[in-house]
Amino acid sequence: MKKIEVVQNILEANDAIAAQNQQLLNENEIFAINIMSAPGAGKTSLILQTVAKLKNKLRIGVIEGDVASTLDSEKVRNEVVDVVQITTRNMSESCTLIANMVGHALKRLPLGDIDLLLIENVGNLICPSEFALGEHKRVVISSLPEGDDKPIKYPVIFADADAVVINKLDFLPYVEFDINSFQIALKGLNPRIEIFQVSCKTGAGIEDWRAWLLKELEANKHKSQAKK
Amino acid sequence: MHEFGITESIVSIVLSKAKEARAHRITEVSLVVGELSDFVPDCIQFYFDFLSKDSIAEGATLHFELAPAQLRCRNCSVTFHPQDTLWACPKCQSQGVEIAGGRELYVKSMEVE
Repeated sequence: MKKIEVVQNILEANDAIAAQNQQLLNENEIFAINIMSAPGAGKTSLILQTVAKLKNKLRIGVIEGDVASTLDSEKVRNEVVDVVQITTRNMSESCTLIANMVGHALKRLPLGDIDLLLIENVGNLICPSEFALGEHKRVVISSLPEGDDKPIKYPVIFADADAVVINKLDFLPYVEFDINSFQIALKGLNPRIEIFQVSCKTGAGIEDWRAWLLKELEANKHKSQAKK
Repeated sequence: MHEFGITESIVSIVLSKAKEARAHRITEVSLVVGELSDFVPDCIQFYFDFLSKDSIAEGATLHFELAPAQLRCRNCSVTFHPQDTLWACPKCQSQGVEIAGGRELYVKSMEVE
């Protein structure tokens, strides 16, 4: 009997592939965001709004992650040329996208033409927080009908996020949602977090979100060019 | 749910380390799992038994060491273990806290023959 010291991170394999994905994105000057939320919070709606506001300015690619069905990619395909669907039901991880799935999806996109890549993760506030995909920024959407306690109940995903989009602002008269206490909880977990208040239905607040995306995209372009 | 892929990584790590050590059999594997990581030990054991079949890791016992959640107050720097779901500092009640520990997930050591 012999004891072997190992001390090896189990997520190392995923992290290594995520780093390769990011390198490939940087070589092609693509800015990628990982969009995460509970099911129904508005990931697809935010993507459609983003595309509507930016498609004349940027070429946008979309990776759609779902446990089953191609419903979301069909909705997006009407607006965007470059959509790749990942259906996770029969994969080893069904509850989240992992770096390897995104790596395969990248091979199916015309990377040289794309400026902005929107990755829609599987609807889930737990599992996606563990798996880096190669994205430059992590965005979590929280919608008003879900309640304002989500950063307290699912702190890890919010602690890691770069931005939070509060969606379905048009529900404010009908639901109990204290935007102020939600923001306090978020800033407590993550003082640098950017917060946007939008309604993907009415388009309210989308302008701020669009401006932030463009600013981050430019900053990322300078960073990738400096590395070349 | 996502434990299957994680367990594939565990099996691959232990098999490669055992090969390096020229071992014939892996009897025990010690894993460290953070309290805030979303991995369920029972689930990992279940998949491990399945994935290690017909390999030198078949029948190995997994030991799980739980790394406790550790939070640090951004206001007064106190480090504490959260007692409830509201992550507020027990000393100054600030909600400004950062995660200082509890997200670990690694293979610590193993016993081989």
